Amino acid sequence: MSLMSISNWAAAEEGANPLIPHTAELVVGFVAFSLLFLVLRSKVVPMFEKAFSERTEAIQGGMEKAERAQLEAEKALAQYTTQLNEARGEAAKIREDARVQGAAIIEDLRNKAAEEAARITAAAVASIEAERQQAVTSLRNEVGSLATELAGKIVGEALDDQVRQSRIVDRFIADLEKSK
Amino acid sequence: MGVRLASEGGFKPPSTADFELPPVFGDNPYTTKPVFLVFFSVILVSVFFILASRKAAVVPSKLQFAGESIYSFVRNDLARDVIGHEFMRFVPYLFTLFTFILTNNLFGIIPFLQFPTMSRVSFPYVLAIFTFVIFHYVAVKHKGLIAYLKEIMFMPGVPKPVYILLTPIEVATYFLVRPLTLSLRLFANMFAGHLLLLVFILGGEHLLQGAIGLKLVSPFAFAFGIGLTFFEFMVQCLQAYIFTLLTALYIAGALADEH
Repeated sequence: MSLMSISNWAAAEEGANPLIPHTAELVVGFVAFSLLFLVLRSKVVPMFEKAFSERTEAIQGGMEKAERAQLEAEKALAQYTTQLNEARGEAAKIREDARVQGAAIIEDLRNKAAEEAARITAAAVASIEAERQQAVTSLRNEVGSLATELAGKIVGEALDDQVRQSRIVDRFIADLEKSK
Repeated sequence: MGVRLASEGGFKPPSTADFELPPVFGDNPYTTKPVFLVFFSVILVSVFFILASRKAAVVPSKLQFAGESIYSFVRNDLARDVIGHEFMRFVPYLFTLFTFILTNNLFGIIPFLQFPTMSRVSFPYVLAIFTFVIFHYVAVKHKGLIAYLKEIMFMPGVPKPVYILLTPIEVATYFLVRPLTLSLRLFANMFAGHLLLLVFILGGEHLLQGAIGLKLVSPFAFAFGIGLTFFEFMVQCLQAYIFTLLTALYIAGALADEH
């Protein structure tokens, strides 16, 4: 209100009302403002918006990248953990298998060794028996012939007769066994 | 104060005549100082923001940062916060409005220019007409002409007899008060501010030429003038902000579905 009174007073003194617009200034204001509007709208606003969206994108992109990397790391960790657990399980299984297998092998070997031992023992026994038989037979023959020879020499009687010879040998041996 | 001085000495107080600047070239009314200043402001603002936004870098330079600060202030604090999700359509207009008014206001205290172009009432009138046309156009397009007029003339949820009082007020508000207050607020602030500065600076100058006693008083007038210059700076920024804010509010009202 005080402004109005000042301007009224001034207008009364100077004769110009500051509230009355000038045509030239209206035209200039319209043209100048439109010009500025067109320049700012076409050149400035799109560029600033571009910078803003690129900045937002850059920040978001970085965050997404980090998130992706974290996700990948988590996946890898899970994979490693699973693999590790699998490996542990497998190792335990292998150890168990080995233990069982080892026990089986030992058992098997023991059986085989026992068998072998039995076989060797049997073979030895058989061979000893055979050798003994052979020795007995050959001894018997040798002793017989020796004794016969000796007796023949001693008795002077030819004991060539086979039957007699064997009867004498048998009796001799029987005597020998009896005296033993 | 001017009156008192005028009665004491031969001081001619600043008046509206100080705002009626003669054309520079002959009688051509398109060559006055305010006209030059307005075009200068267009060039200044255009060049500054084109240089600032030219690179549109993700990591801004100092210049780009300065331009962006002003732009994002209008875009986010004025347009987005007031208008809402459809704000982007109106950012170019509000941005132009703010930078144009601010620059022209600041001319009032920039040395050698020292004339706020908005103290010439024609320019605020033009800006108010732009805003007036835009917010009515937006409202008519958004709500339809009949619905919009009905909303203005018969505000919903009001007892019928009240319309006798309310309808004229609402019609006057939308078609007369809004554009007038918008332009006159800006004009009057710039006009009065410039007048005040003239009174103190010219008064101080006049005192300096007077008797010895008056010479001693003169520095106080100058000091006051300098203090008022800082005050004017605040008013100039504030008025640019208010004009843009009110425009954004009117547009928001035009887009709002309910009163």
